[in-house]
Amino acid sequence: MSQDNQFPSWEVFMQSRPGANFIHQGSIHASDKKMAIQNARDTYSRRGEGTSIWVVPTEAIAASTTEDADMLFDPANDKIYRLPTFYTMPEGAKHI
Amino acid sequence: MENIATTPKDEQRLAKFEEWVQSGEAIEPRDWMPEAYRKHLIRQISQHAHSEVIGMQPEGNWVTRAPSLRAKQILLAKIQDEGGHGLYLYSAAETLGITRDEMIEQLHAGKAKYSNIFNYPTLNWADIGAIGWLVDGAAIVNQVSLQRTSFAPYSRAMVRICKEESFHQRQGYEIMAKMMAGTEAQREMAQDAMNRWWWPSLMMFGPHDGDSPHSADAFRWKIKRQTNDELRQKFIDKTVPQAELIGLTVPDPDMKWNEEKQSYDHGRINWEEFYRVINGHGPCNKQRMDHHKKVHADGAWVREAAEAYRAKMK
Amino acid sequence: MTQQEALFKYLLRWGDNALILSHRLSEWCSYAPFIEEDLALTNFALDMIGRAQALLKYAGEVEGKGNTEDLLAYRRSERQYYNNLLMEQPNGDFGVTMVRQLFISAFEKDLFTELQNSRDTTLAAIAAKTLKEVRYHLEHAANWVIRLGNGTDESHERVQKAVNDLWMFTGELFEMDEVDRQLLSDGIAVDISRMQERWTGYINDVLQVATLQKPQDEFMQTGSRNGIHTEHLGHLLSEMQYLQRAYPDAQW
Repeated sequence: MSQDNQFPSWEVFMQSRPGANFIHQGSIHASDKKMAIQNARDTYSRRGEGTSIWVVPTEAIAASTTEDADMLFDPANDKIYRLPTFYTMPEGAKHI
Repeated sequence: MENIATTPKDEQRLAKFEEWVQSGEAIEPRDWMPEAYRKHLIRQISQHAHSEVIGMQPEGNWVTRAPSLRAKQILLAKIQDEGGHGLYLYSAAETLGITRDEMIEQLHAGKAKYSNIFNYPTLNWADIGAIGWLVDGAAIVNQVSLQRTSFAPYSRAMVRICKEESFHQRQGYEIMAKMMAGTEAQREMAQDAMNRWWWPSLMMFGPHDGDSPHSADAFRWKIKRQTNDELRQKFIDKTVPQAELIGLTVPDPDMKWNEEKQSYDHGRINWEEFYRVINGHGPCNKQRMDHHKKVHADGAWVREAAEAYRAKMK
Repeated sequence: MTQQEALFKYLLRWGDNALILSHRLSEWCSYAPFIEEDLALTNFALDMIGRAQALLKYAGEVEGKGNTEDLLAYRRSERQYYNNLLMEQPNGDFGVTMVRQLFISAFEKDLFTELQNSRDTTLAAIAAKTLKEVRYHLEHAANWVIRLGNGTDESHERVQKAVNDLWMFTGELFEMDEVDRQLLSDGIAVDISRMQERWTGYINDVLQVATLQKPQDEFMQTGSRNGIHTEHLGHLLSEMQYLQRAYPDAQW
């Protein structure tokens, strides 16, 4: 490890308009939460895209791997009864 | 070779990895990858990041002398983008298990490189136009191709960078066009900048394909998608007509349209100069590195203070 | 002095403040302590260039002699600039730049809050836009002064020195002359002398959190209202105006 520090890494999520999902933008470095929000703002909204920011320490992210994708996601693929189109509605039924 | 699989499990994983990449799928940081793939990416992405950051210097050289408020605004915004892009790329490299500190240390130790082009000086205002138009123009050709690179964080950074850089080349060409339509002194500056930046811009794509040391792995793993020569040709074909349109002369007497291959033939690139500059003997190698080291050292007390403050606030 | 002349001078004053400080901040480009802060300082500079453009453009219109924002920015000489002395002070180390920013942004927050209600609607609109930017500058600068004051012995010492060195340029921010008084009665200008107490209270609070001492020395520099500057401005202008002066016939 070097003597120097460039601060811990944070993941940045931004909301583009009120009520929208927060979407991952990328990462920044910062020494504290306030700085993290400001650095996220200065890095990822240079073109004015956003209404709100979340920052999360990168080390707090747990991630699955692509190798586990079958196990994690395939089982849900055949559960078509979760889709609205799975059901037959009587002729003439409205607003359902 | 470092990527030779040593256990049956590794062999299986390598086969699966290569199959996955061949089918055009992306690799995420936590997926298994051959050590050589990881190393290749760290070298390439960190070099790319350092290039963005060192590239701030030649353009920064004209910020305080920009000739109008609009020109200063555009130039500052552009340099700021380069810094931001360096940051995106450092972050992409960090997902491979190297820290930003370590990358900066490697840069300072001369173990990591940055693009050779930034070892040339910016000597008049038209150089700012030439950098935007030619240097960013060349970089964009390369970066557009890299949007489809196999390592997902690198690809995501490239997509964002390409989107943001779309104005960079246009602002450079606008400067050149304005100067070519201006006074005689301005036209002279513009042609002078063209003469000095044309060949180094062609060198940005790297050596001819046969002489490029890391190419084979890079193609097999789809880190790289098009060859140096293909990309260079693409750049020349789109740039020469732009130069002619505003009355600039391309400083290559052998440059001519080849009707048969529907593209330009060009003269010999001075690879002796390329290797001389790479090996440290360009006009600004020492200056650029000294600047980076000094700024890094001058900022150390600020970074230490912020860390000390955080520790106290816990 | 006609109202037109007074307004022209008043607009130059705030336009020059933005112009000169933006120039100082732009000098940080590629020199910041880490890359994120480089982007932040550039954002500040860009905000201020935009503000200078708007104010100087409007000043040229009020003057009515065909001066554009660029001619006003690049073709005047030292004695014709009316920015506060604090704006032109050299960047020094990062602590000096942050203290300078804290002092200025705290002043500008009150200034533009009140100017939003100016009877001059153009000025009021510029003030409303500027205020959003200034609030961010202030928070950023105050956070850094607090970090540096509480950080290491070295950072504490450096930032205290910055406070001490810049203090004598803060009194001038609240000076008023006949330009202010004339426009104040028309509801165009605002009473900045009244803002000093609030400013001092706010700065005291920040310095206290930052464990820094407010300087005891009461001596204050003055001069910018009459175009009298520190020696630093001339060098800044000779660099900034180089191309415009060397090639007066060229369009850029």
